[in-house]
Amino acid sequence: MDASLPAHMRPDRSFQGLILALQRYWADYGCVILQPYDMEVGAGTFHPGTTLRALGPRPWNAAYVQPSRRPKDGRYGENPNRLQHYYQFQVILKPSPPNLQELYLKSLAAIGIDSAIHDIRFVEDDWESPTLGAWGLGWECWCDGMEVSQFTYFQQVAGVECAPVAGELTYGLERLACYLQGVDRIMDLNFNGREGAEKVSYRDVFFQAEQEYSRHNFEHADTAMLFEQFKMAEAACKKYLDAGWQKNSESGKREVHLMALPAYDQCIKASHVFNLLDARGVISVTERQSYIFRVRELAKACGEAWVHTEAGGAA
Amino acid sequence: MPDLLLELFSEEIPARMQAKAADDLRRLATDKLVAEGLVYEGAKAFATPRRLALTVHGIPARQPDLKTERRGPKVGAPDAAVQGFLKATGLNSLDEAKIQRDPKGDFYIGLIEKPGRAAIDVLAEILPVIIRTFPWPKSMRWGARSGKPGSLSWVRPLHAITATFGLETEEPDVVKFEVDGIEAGQTTYGHRFLAPSAISVRRFEDYEAKLLDAKVVLDPERRKDAILTDAKQLAFAQGFDLVEDQNLLDEVSGLVEWPVVLMGSFEQEFLKTPDEVIRATIRNNQKCFVVRDPKTGKLANKFILVANIEAIDGGKTIIGGNERVIRARLSDAKFFYEADLKTRLEDRLPKFEQIVFHEKLGTQAERIKRIERLAAEIAPLVGADVARAKRATHLAKADLLTEVVGEFPEVQGLMGKYYALAQGEDASVAAACEEHYKPQGPADRVPTDPVSVAVALADKIDTLVGFWAIDEKPTGSKDPYALRRAALGVIRLIAENALRLSLMKAAASALAGLSVKPADAQKLPNDLLAFFADRLKVQLREQGARHDLVDAVFALGGQDDLLMIVRRVEALGKFLESDDGKNLLAGTKRASNILSIEEKKDKRAFDGAPDAALYSLEEEKALAKAIGEVKAEASAAVAKEDFAAAMRALAKLRSPVDAFFEKVRVNDDDAKVRENRLKLLNEIRSATRAVADFSKIQD
Repeated sequence: MDASLPAHMRPDRSFQGLILALQRYWADYGCVILQPYDMEVGAGTFHPGTTLRALGPRPWNAAYVQPSRRPKDGRYGENPNRLQHYYQFQVILKPSPPNLQELYLKSLAAIGIDSAIHDIRFVEDDWESPTLGAWGLGWECWCDGMEVSQFTYFQQVAGVECAPVAGELTYGLERLACYLQGVDRIMDLNFNGREGAEKVSYRDVFFQAEQEYSRHNFEHADTAMLFEQFKMAEAACKKYLDAGWQKNSESGKREVHLMALPAYDQCIKASHVFNLLDARGVISVTERQSYIFRVRELAKACGEAWVHTEAGGAA
Repeated sequence: MPDLLLELFSEEIPARMQAKAADDLRRLATDKLVAEGLVYEGAKAFATPRRLALTVHGIPARQPDLKTERRGPKVGAPDAAVQGFLKATGLNSLDEAKIQRDPKGDFYIGLIEKPGRAAIDVLAEILPVIIRTFPWPKSMRWGARSGKPGSLSWVRPLHAITATFGLETEEPDVVKFEVDGIEAGQTTYGHRFLAPSAISVRRFEDYEAKLLDAKVVLDPERRKDAILTDAKQLAFAQGFDLVEDQNLLDEVSGLVEWPVVLMGSFEQEFLKTPDEVIRATIRNNQKCFVVRDPKTGKLANKFILVANIEAIDGGKTIIGGNERVIRARLSDAKFFYEADLKTRLEDRLPKFEQIVFHEKLGTQAERIKRIERLAAEIAPLVGADVARAKRATHLAKADLLTEVVGEFPEVQGLMGKYYALAQGEDASVAAACEEHYKPQGPADRVPTDPVSVAVALADKIDTLVGFWAIDEKPTGSKDPYALRRAALGVIRLIAENALRLSLMKAAASALAGLSVKPADAQKLPNDLLAFFADRLKVQLREQGARHDLVDAVFALGGQDDLLMIVRRVEALGKFLESDDGKNLLAGTKRASNILSIEEKKDKRAFDGAPDAALYSLEEEKALAKAIGEVKAEASAAVAKEDFAAAMRALAKLRSPVDAFFEKVRVNDDDAKVRENRLKLLNEIRSATRAVADFSKIQD
């Protein structure tokens, strides 16, 4: 950890200090520091900076915070560890560098986790996202028995083989901060690192939001509208995908895609709407599978389109 | 003779894959060596989280030379043939060939000598192939090279390969090869945190010793021993016993290269949660051991963790961190448990109406109703109180909807028992909530409480009949609904509790309760019975008993009382071990053989009663008399279910049968006499059928 940091910026005293320290560390490594994607997503992986940029041959190193929404995990702010809205810090490095594990361990050192007194472990955890048509192998990273990050070598994303493979690191920021700050409830985290009257806690920022969104997610979200929105997003995604394909005038073969990103936005939208419907309990077990399948089909079609764009590596 | 040292150094290998990977590495390498004519003295393989290592000692330095002779053309053959021969053998001229004379003439013989290659060159060829084709259950690509086709797949990124070969007394050579840009060498690395520097190794002995200096215990068995010894000692020092757990030990030993065992504690108040829940929480989520207080037999508020480092603060931070996580987990578990206790089991049931058991077999609620009805029918047959059996079935699945079981599926049933007791249910009803899942396998305990037995049978029979009705039977190695286990469970429940139950009736009743109506509903109970016969055979075979006797009993037809089948098989087995039994079996088979030959010849069956007036010899008359008596006696004994007595009766047939075959010529010249004697033979066959179909018994 940088000893010159003022007290309110130290990752063990300040939630935002933790975020800034991680950003600084990965910026120093050479990552593009992106901002959160401006749509509701369930995890940092959904950010097109990961999902789409993981595909194709071009190198890509990026890091960003992503607010993540899991409507079902809401507990009206009452559960010490569960929230319907939380932050992930996401790092994506393509191709995965040979020293990725070392880089990760140094990032832990940068936020004050010293491997001379902490027991850091890489425990098998294969990652799979059925909605994204993605899977990879890697670990949960444990610090003294607590899972603090997810470490994955992407093998396939949006139904497309990763070539080359990207390495993905996901830090669960609230949990990590609880550990660093020594508090047992997320709401008790010191957000801004100040003390006394200047102190802003996680509760000050998010407690009301957790209560309101829990009410919304479980009790009031307009299901008729959401069902409609799902269909609309699905249809729009397909429509934009169709419109984006540029075909060879002679062979009629699809050559280039010009609208992969807007189409993918609709896929993200459908995924979040599905999560809301799921939280409202209006989707049965069998229907659930078919919704997941429908989102996956959109994700796969977007992946296919992306690899025919310039950033996706189409010549 | 020289030795091989191979190490494959990678990022963390999943614990559950390590043992098999070490074994595969040894097997693949030694098989290939032997196939190359390099017979070694010994081999051993090891795994840690970050490396697979193999030592093979006593490999010959060279392959043996191979000498083969090749027969060529006749002396004086056309030049084309001679040139072909020279080319194939590599000879410069015919002067180098021998001439051999045989009856067809003189032939050229070429002697081909293939000199053995140096073992190190062979290894350089074999090892990369093994690495490239290694049978990991799941493997992955990584890094810049993964952009190109044909890049290496390994369980996690592979970083270094050590491969040396040489004599103990000399500096060994590096086996030169390269896999996907990784050159084999003699450099490895120590513990990730405690001694991460590069280490140069020569051969296995210094490799293992240097790793130990670098805080890596190579041998998993040594790591396990160390963990177990230290864990026991730590527990003992505090007056506790370690709750041993082999699976957990195997797993944690695969998560550390330098095991350091530490003890932590949690608040006493968590001990109000059932021990099994605490243990599941600590073990599944945290991979830690629990300890027991020997005075009470209950868990103590301590846990044992296995760290991978010797921390400079003596482990204080590590223990503190683990305690925090365990506290949070236990408080979740306690919260779940207490929340569960607030809802009565029966109040959870409506939710089952929304949960599909199987799309063709309806919801869980429908299934519970079916089992309830069946359990009520079975209860009187097994001595259980009908009301209790119904109540138990009603509640038995409800714990599936509790928070604790949602979190820890392995405590299903057990939690049902706890919650049933907590809401004041009868002890038998509560026990059945747990025991109706039993027996889970051949080694599991079979419940004896009649209520548990009734529910367990109803549950399993409903499952079997249901999946039979929708034609989802097990095939080959596929048995996704564990139907074989269910059938074996039924067999053991019946046999070990000495229950009388008609399987056909039970199956027909279960079938009537189903809403799906299979096309061949008539055949179903019989099909299912054949499946039970198969399971019974498998079970008997595993116990070392004769499974062919099961066929002999089932072949009688109409046998659906498992207990009687088992008893009959047992009695038959004993009888066939006696001299009387063996001889009677031989006699019966002889009769059957003669009959089948003659039946084929005459194209007719020789059934029907023989005519006493046609007997001319004493032995015929004696046999006819004996058959009459034995038939009556054996049938009476079978009716009384005294199979031993039935066998004793059969034993009386032995001497008249033997005497008959000794003195009587069956194929008499008089057609009438012949026919009558064949009918008498048929009578032997039918007399033995009182007990079993002897023709199905193997010699």
